[in-house]
Amino acid sequence: MVKHTLAVLVENRPGVLSHVAGLFARRGYNIESLVVGETEDQGVSRMTLVVAGDERVIEQVTKQLNKQVEVIKIQDITNEETVDRQMLLIKVSADQAARQEILQLMEIFRCRIVDIGRRSLIIEATGDEGKIEAIVQSLRPFGIKELVRTGKVSMVRGVK
Amino acid sequence: MNGAEYIVRFLEKKGVDLVFGYPGGAVLFLYDVLGRSSIQHILTRHEQGAIHAADGYARATGKTGVCLATSGPGATNLVTGIANANLDSVPILAITGQVGVESIGRDSFQEADIVGITMPITKHNYLVKELDNLPEALEEAWQVAREGRPGPVLMDIPKNVFTGTADFSEVVLSTRKHKIPFKNGLARQLGRITEVLKKAQKPLLFAGGGVVSAGAWEELEDFTKYTGIPVVTSLMGKGVIPEEEGGSLGMIGMHGKPAANLALSQCDVLLALGTRFSDRVTGNPQHFLADTCIIHVDIDPAELFKNVRVEFPVVSDAKKFLQMLLQVLREEKVSFALEPWLDQIKAWAKEYPLTFSQNSLLKPQAVMREVARQAVNQPIVVTDVGQHQMFVAQHYPVQGRRNFITSGGLGTMGFGLPAAMGAALGRPGETVILFTGDGGFQMTVQELAVMAEYQLPVKIFLINNSCLGMVRQWQELFFNGHYAHSLFTGGPDFIKLAEAYGVKAWQIRKPEETKEIVSKALQHTGPVVVECLVDAGENVLPMVPPGGKPSEMLGRWHGEAHISRLS
Ligand SMILES: Cc1ncc(C[n+]2csc(CCOP(=O)(O)OP(=O)(O)O)c2C)c(N)n1
Repeated sequence: MVKHTLAVLVENRPGVLSHVAGLFARRGYNIESLVVGETEDQGVSRMTLVVAGDERVIEQVTKQLNKQVEVIKIQDITNEETVDRQMLLIKVSADQAARQEILQLMEIFRCRIVDIGRRSLIIEATGDEGKIEAIVQSLRPFGIKELVRTGKVSMVRGVK
Repeated sequence: MNGAEYIVRFLEKKGVDLVFGYPGGAVLFLYDVLGRSSIQHILTRHEQGAIHAADGYARATGKTGVCLATSGPGATNLVTGIANANLDSVPILAITGQVGVESIGRDSFQEADIVGITMPITKHNYLVKELDNLPEALEEAWQVAREGRPGPVLMDIPKNVFTGTADFSEVVLSTRKHKIPFKNGLARQLGRITEVLKKAQKPLLFAGGGVVSAGAWEELEDFTKYTGIPVVTSLMGKGVIPEEEGGSLGMIGMHGKPAANLALSQCDVLLALGTRFSDRVTGNPQHFLADTCIIHVDIDPAELFKNVRVEFPVVSDAKKFLQMLLQVLREEKVSFALEPWLDQIKAWAKEYPLTFSQNSLLKPQAVMREVARQAVNQPIVVTDVGQHQMFVAQHYPVQGRRNFITSGGLGTMGFGLPAAMGAALGRPGETVILFTGDGGFQMTVQELAVMAEYQLPVKIFLINNSCLGMVRQWQELFFNGHYAHSLFTGGPDFIKLAEAYGVKAWQIRKPEETKEIVSKALQHTGPVVVECLVDAGENVLPMVPPGGKPSEMLGRWHGEAHISRLS
């Protein structure tokens, strides 16, 4: 099933997140990720939703979302040229021996070390899904103690 | 002015003169103001009664139904009625009280998260936590309930918002950030649709409940007169066009009329207006009319392609669509030669009439036909849910506008009685005929008290088959006659029950008593219960088994005694 990225502008009011999340639950659609935050306009928030489904499902999702009172606009940006970012925080085991190697690796990925413990490091990274995946894979051999990542935010390139 | 006063003033300004409700702690301040206002309040005997009554009122009048309930149990008692209105797209504003804002989230006395509970079954809902937001929320709620495809809206209002005061004189209602209207493609589609219709040999118009919501009766009549295209309806569309000779072919679907279902299965172009192609119509949606060109017109874009494949999707209300299409047809002087098709349909109607077997027992269908024969002045016909509902759909030709009220989408037993009450209150002076079953009647029977109190002209035909008829039928056909918990072994004396509420009651025991008692009941002023002791073994036929094709009807054909499949 193809993953679609939907950029949804909504009015910034209480209840809007539940209305949208509730819609997905009720109609049996699967949300892969959902990120929401304010936009340049204080009254408006933007949700970036990643939804898996065939054309029929995505069309229904879009139309049903559109019916929500707080939804202002929906854009399916799956096939647009976009800048995509996720954020990752990852705690890896790092004894003295491994530390140097990890630091070098992180240099290559241009990640930041944000916390140094006696036996572990916390690394912060942002990037598109591919990069985040690569970072996680490269750190796996050292022993991942804890991992948390956000969903994707996207922006269409250029003027539109 | 306090919040409660603002709400009552708002309702008055919107022309609301009647609300249904049930008071309690969280709404006492609202009731205090309401009790001094010009608005009439009907104290139902259960909140479910209030919401179904508001629903019946809305369907019968075309106005928005308003109902009130207190927090917690009051609000949760509305849930079934809200879901019912949501599936049948009925405009309702439900106002519930909530515990004070400070107490929310502490499992306070009579606290229930009704906004959370009703989120999936309302068109929209609100928890108005601040008095300042009340004016805008009310205005928006009122609009949302009515605009586009109508539906129920719930507003949950904490106690302290009712009592808080503010100067509302300065309130400017900020307009909503309106979303870009959906491109309807109507103009672009009209030409192509005209071409398709011109070529059609066997066109069929399928009218759903959206035609009623749009108030497109005249347009539909003009259109069918001009084109001669035959019409079938869904349950919700029943009555949009008179159901006599030359009018609608009747209902299609699981219990549709044979000729209507045959026409559906054979048509080459289906013009579907204001319908959501429910599974009761389509059977298995994937195999629905594979060779037919489907034109689907609905005001809700989400309905297009939701259930069935469509060649021409159009986002429009039925009224506007029919006006514009007819204009194009007239301008282009398009004429239709549908005689062979219409003859074919007539032949089907003759070969496969809607019949029922006669024996010495009273048949529910016979009662309905007799009531229809005797009723004058186009009464409002209301049903509950079950076999009797389908018998009415098949055998009672409804006349007039907004005169058929039934729970279509949710199939809510207990809907009929309070809905009939709401319809009667919404259209004073008009007769309401309610057909209900002995099961559903007992689910909301308490509302007889209101019927008696207001002497509402509701003629209740209680089709008593001593069982949950529709369940019994499925068990007979699909569970080898294993009647698990569907046969009533005890029950009230319905005559005494009605009389206890102060409602006149008669009984029809034998077929030959029907004519006289129906006549007495219809002539009686005020509410009446007529208990009809009918053949408990009667089945609703024809029947398309779940998932089957429209033409695969089970029934008794060519006068045979046994049930067989038509094709
Ligand atoms: C609230 C509710 N509960 C259960 C059902 C399932 N159901 C559908 S029809 C039916 C039987 C109705 O019996 P009755 O009211 O006697 O009417 P009849 O079918 O006999 O005409 C039942 C139980 C329902 N539709 N609604």
